[in-house]
Amino acid sequence: MSHGPRLLHGPERGTVLLVSTTSLVKGARASRSTIALKLLMAISGLIFIGFVLMHMYGNLKAFAGHDAFNEYAHHLRTFGEPMLPHEGLLWIIRVTLLGALIVHVYAAVALWRRAQRARTTPYAVKKHTGATFASRLMRWGGVTLLLFIIWHLLNFTIGKVNVSGGPTNDPYNLLVDTFDTWWLTVIYLVAMAALGAHLHHGVWSAAQTLGLTGNAKARATWKKIAFVTALIISVGFSLVPIFVLAGVISK
Amino acid sequence: MSSNSNMSLTLKIWRQPDAVSAGAMHTYQVTDVSPDMSFLEMLDVLNEDLNAKGEDPIAFDSDCREGICGMCGLMINGDAHGPEVTTTCQLHMRSFTDGETITIEPWRATAFPVIKDLVVDRSSFDRIIQQGGYISVNTGSAPEAHSVPVPRDDAMRAFSVATCIGCGACVAACPNGSASLFMGAKITHLGELPQGQPERDSRVVNMVAQHDHEGFGGCTNIGECTAACPKEIPLDVISQLNKDLRTALKHGF
Amino acid sequence: MNYEMPDTTTTADPSQDTPAEMTDDAAGYYSPGEPIVDAKAPTGPIADRWQDRKFEARLVNPSNRRKLNIIIVGTGLAGASAAATLGEAGYNVKSFCYQDSPRRAHSIAAQGGINAAKNYKEDGDSVHRLFYDTVKGGDYRSRESNVYRLAEVSTNIIDQCVAQGVPFAREYGGLLDNRSFGGVQVSRTFYARGQTGQQLLIGAYQALERQVAAGTVETFTRHEMLELIVVDDKARGIIARDMVTGAIETHLADVVVLASGGYGNVFYLSTNAMGCNVTAAWRAHRKGAYFANPCYTQIHPTCIPVSGSHQSKLTLMSESLRNDGRIWVPKNAADCEKDPRDIPEEDRDYYLERIYPSFGNLVPRDIASRAAKYVCDEGRGVGPKVDGVARGVYLDFAAAIERLGKDGIEEKYDNLLDMYERITGENPYEVPMRIYPAVHYVMGGVWVDYDLMSTIPGLFVTGEANFSDHGANRLGASALMQGLADGYFVLPHTIRDYLADGPFEKVDESHPAVVEARTSVEERINHFLNVNGTRSVDSYHRELGNIMWEYCGMERTEDGLKKAIDLIRTLKDDFWRNVKVLGTNESLNQSLEKAGRVADFIELGELMCIDALNRRESCGGHFRGESQTEDGEALRHDDLFAYVAAWEFAGDGEPPVLHKEELTYTAIEMKQRSYK
Ligand SMILES: Cc1cc2nc3c(=O)[nH]c(=O)nc-3n(C[C@H](O)[C@H](O)[C@H](O)COP(=O)(O)OP(=O)(O)OC[C@H]3O[C@@H](n4cnc5c(N)ncnc54)[C@H](O)[C@@H]3O)c2cc1C
Ligand code: HEM
Ligand code: HEM
Ligand code: SF4
Ligand code: F3S
Ligand code: FES
Repeated sequence: MSHGPRLLHGPERGTVLLVSTTSLVKGARASRSTIALKLLMAISGLIFIGFVLMHMYGNLKAFAGHDAFNEYAHHLRTFGEPMLPHEGLLWIIRVTLLGALIVHVYAAVALWRRAQRARTTPYAVKKHTGATFASRLMRWGGVTLLLFIIWHLLNFTIGKVNVSGGPTNDPYNLLVDTFDTWWLTVIYLVAMAALGAHLHHGVWSAAQTLGLTGNAKARATWKKIAFVTALIISVGFSLVPIFVLAGVISK
Repeated sequence: MSSNSNMSLTLKIWRQPDAVSAGAMHTYQVTDVSPDMSFLEMLDVLNEDLNAKGEDPIAFDSDCREGICGMCGLMINGDAHGPEVTTTCQLHMRSFTDGETITIEPWRATAFPVIKDLVVDRSSFDRIIQQGGYISVNTGSAPEAHSVPVPRDDAMRAFSVATCIGCGACVAACPNGSASLFMGAKITHLGELPQGQPERDSRVVNMVAQHDHEGFGGCTNIGECTAACPKEIPLDVISQLNKDLRTALKHGF
Repeated sequence: MNYEMPDTTTTADPSQDTPAEMTDDAAGYYSPGEPIVDAKAPTGPIADRWQDRKFEARLVNPSNRRKLNIIIVGTGLAGASAAATLGEAGYNVKSFCYQDSPRRAHSIAAQGGINAAKNYKEDGDSVHRLFYDTVKGGDYRSRESNVYRLAEVSTNIIDQCVAQGVPFAREYGGLLDNRSFGGVQVSRTFYARGQTGQQLLIGAYQALERQVAAGTVETFTRHEMLELIVVDDKARGIIARDMVTGAIETHLADVVVLASGGYGNVFYLSTNAMGCNVTAAWRAHRKGAYFANPCYTQIHPTCIPVSGSHQSKLTLMSESLRNDGRIWVPKNAADCEKDPRDIPEEDRDYYLERIYPSFGNLVPRDIASRAAKYVCDEGRGVGPKVDGVARGVYLDFAAAIERLGKDGIEEKYDNLLDMYERITGENPYEVPMRIYPAVHYVMGGVWVDYDLMSTIPGLFVTGEANFSDHGANRLGASALMQGLADGYFVLPHTIRDYLADGPFEKVDESHPAVVEARTSVEERINHFLNVNGTRSVDSYHRELGNIMWEYCGMERTEDGLKKAIDLIRTLKDDFWRNVKVLGTNESLNQSLEKAGRVADFIELGELMCIDALNRRESCGGHFRGESQTEDGEALRHDDLFAYVAAWEFAGDGEPPVLHKEELTYTAIEMKQRSYK
């Protein structure tokens, strides 16, 4: 209907608005659309991916032993000196990541709430014919990741919690102490599975959001890229905890 | 030759007297259903029966009954338009088995309020089109048709996405209640043609704004929509939609 | 999709002169009225007439247009195009349709294509040739000025649609492709795969929605027009029911346009959409608009047959299938239940090839249709029996598959064969398809003059709802052309001449004529809801359909038609006393909607039979058993029936009044067709 709100008349009902809106939007801005939210999500997601790839590379230095790993951690903090102050690069990364996190979570929450409002009566029976499992896991998977990140930062950066009571000022030793505790390793592995799933859908989804998948072939290619990225990242991260627990990496 | 083993079915159908009253699922039995019947003809038969018993027949939409007008649309056992890739009116009872229980619900979306039983209001789609789903050309002002050639492939792509019938199954199937496939189909149709270029940026921005305003959800690239679409509109169109919006953003819209 | 008559015309045969008393079949069923002498068709050279008319039509000052209100009922090609164009011009337009969106009008279902005299193939096409083909195709029962104009504006339609973004088929060079359609010798049909109607309608719909956003057009979806408001002999508005809330609304305007489509659903089963109806046109007829040539019905030979008594509608399949498929039935009725593949060649009757050796399976539509009926009446039909008779004939691709290979057939008919399989569950590559004729289009409709105005001043009628351009038979791909011609290019000019008389006297809702219209609608609705009878609306509709199909279908005879009229009168009486409509008016009530439509179909059915009874000749889609050659070919009687039969409503229970509009041809010579 476009001739104004349609009303329901009837003695017992009074007059009730039937259609939620009948107005046309004026002064639309591209930046205020759900697609803009998605673009933010994709860009922040890609920033995360860049970071985790780098981070994973750093973690894998654990295989090279105590000194190599700590050297890397140290190097991170002195990178660019004296052009940058001490921990300069790290802070740039931190600020970027924090910004990305805020944006990513904000957009995720906004889209989630919209989706909930967009269907208030659920179906009695609903099949999922087109969706992958990973795509349906995005939101709760994201929440899992958020919880993980909070714990992770407490664990390694902000709080420096060493559950086995050891020193916290030596990154390599903290790492080994942490993953020598089986349940911590489990938490990390679960988180890495969640990350893998998130990226399995997320990478292709970001490509779709950025408009890179305009035909069936591009879509198939990006689905492959997404799968490979997810696999590399989740397996790459999992190696260190597993090998610590297995005693291959030790103090 | 038509098969002759007729079926008995249990139907669980959403009944709701009008837009403002609460609804609920009701159970009905139908017998002697021929496999050659269309799904809607099966409901016609049930309605004749209800009418004879003095019960209000079940309201559902349909018009062309040949899969082109987009008027029909039911959620059947959790699949928009049922288990086949076609419209509800072109679904036949041979896709079901004797003794089966079939759950029938209306499209569920805030932007598609239920009017009665299985009938919903899809006027939000019209308003999305009003916001730029056209090429502004007044009657009589068109240049000679052959003055602008269109590469054949572009014309083919435009055509294949222009086959969207506006049924709303994509929205019904999407977990986010998003109308991105519908919108993407129109954006792609007009965007493929030279005639569609001048308004390309404003079109996408305005249509998306209306889409959001109507209360449809944002797309998170789940892909249920394309699986439900009776015209097999591919996900390409959503990518195109996103790209066009990004371009518009860049152009300052 | 429709085959034009093969080009083997002969000049009029003087032996067809018939005794005058033969025309009195309908005596007692109607009363004669004054002939129509002026249909406002301009004179002068035919090629100049439309230009002259456009020039003479008065103009409306742009600043006055906003103050003029136009109601358009219907959003098919005819209605949507008119609403968009008049909105662009700045008038204040209200557009109505019964569907939930203007985009769903039945025009969407047209498959084959749209004609236009572009002559892009340089194959000898021209405006004049399109004009000629259309008049001839209509069996010389259309008004030549109108047809010429149709051919003339056809080229603008294509320009307009392309500019709107209609994705027509194109060649590799990027230019538009054409195909030859319905056996015509030139390629003038523009198409978008098998969905031309859809694409054209979406174009018009988008133009309409653009005007909605611009504020010049207001759309009223899920609104059904139930009455015409006539004040001081002028159409001044409509009464419409909001189908969601049941509100009976009064909409007043300076001019009303009906673009409400065809009434093929009077036959219950047809290729039309479920909601197609005659109500808008019939209500206007009852208020004084003449109804012209109601009996002209087009029956399409290649539809998917009825599969059971539950059947709600029929599906058309492109007639192009006849190019490669062979039509047959078993020679012996005893073989009809057998698997067709087990019936040996010598026991098959390729009846069209047998009776019409030169045209074979490609004989014109009406002949193919009638022949199928005859073989089924003989008990040689195939497929499921409905009410004891199997109504279907085989359309067999076995030979074509042998000749062209399965791939060859797939390439040509893929879509169609898939559709067939989806509906019937049978694989046409393996088992011969079954087909049967079905009602597809009506050439009759509200009588309009050259300006598309009915006999009620201020009431214009466009598209399939009017009778105007196709005579007794419509060529394939010409209905879409007519709808868009009317809406984009004709009506906007002719309506301004009428509107130039404005501003019109103000009418308000308390005017006695308005109140009367409104009350009559309310009373009718209350009646339906209160009859509390025993039979459903659908059961009446189905019975009406059976009567019409049996006696006013492919072949009509004096006895049959008289019988049908009796049956319809009894049915009508019973309907009003015994119909069962549950529920209330104040909510969506589909039985109530149907009740109103069926009531009008019943009255129309009677008029169709009377019209068919009166026209004791065979022409185009109308075949009178009494008027055929020795070989069973249709026989026209130009001496007696070269007129438009325009019927005036004379009151309930009164015989309708027949006004004749003589048809004269100055630019074309009348010929009798022949196809053996
Ligand atoms: C299956 C099929 C295939 C066809 N293929 C072709 C083809 O290939 N080429 C060709 O040229 N022609 C074809 N035709 C014919 C052609 O499609 C129609 O004649 C033409 O589209 C009619 O257009 P219209 O605008 O007059 O009416 P329609 O498109 O029927 O529109 C009628 C409009 O009126 C409205 N309406 C009706 N009654 C009321 C009422 N009481 N109150 C309010 N609104 C009302 C409806 O809602 C609708 O919007 C085909 C027809 C069929 C059935
Ligand atoms: C901080 C916690 C996180 C939350 C709450 C979260 C949540 C989400 C949600 C809800 C989506 C969109 C869901 C969908 O498309 O269905 C999403 C998309 C995405 N996420 Fe996350 N996520 C988080 C962390 C991460 C991390 C750490 C990465 C990368 C390493 C990441 C990468 C992505 C990518 C690439 C997308 C796809 C963007 C798109 O669809 O355009 N996310 N995330
Ligand atoms: C098994 C997997 C992981 C291990 C072993 C691991 C290990 C570590 C370690 C040791 C540090 C401290 C580095 C330092 O202070 O120099 C750290 C910091 C950090 N890690 Fe991880 N990490 C893992 C996975 C992740 C993942 C998946 C993410 C993100 C989604 C992540 C995000 C971070 C962040 C943001 C920091 C803080 C950087 C800073 O600001 O100093 N880590 N990680
Ligand atoms: S995109 Fe497909 S599902 Fe969605 S409205 Fe169009 S045809 Fe229906
Ligand atoms: S299912 Fe929904 S989330 Fe997007 S891809 Fe389809 S609209
Ligand atoms: S009724 Fe038209 S698409 Fe189903």
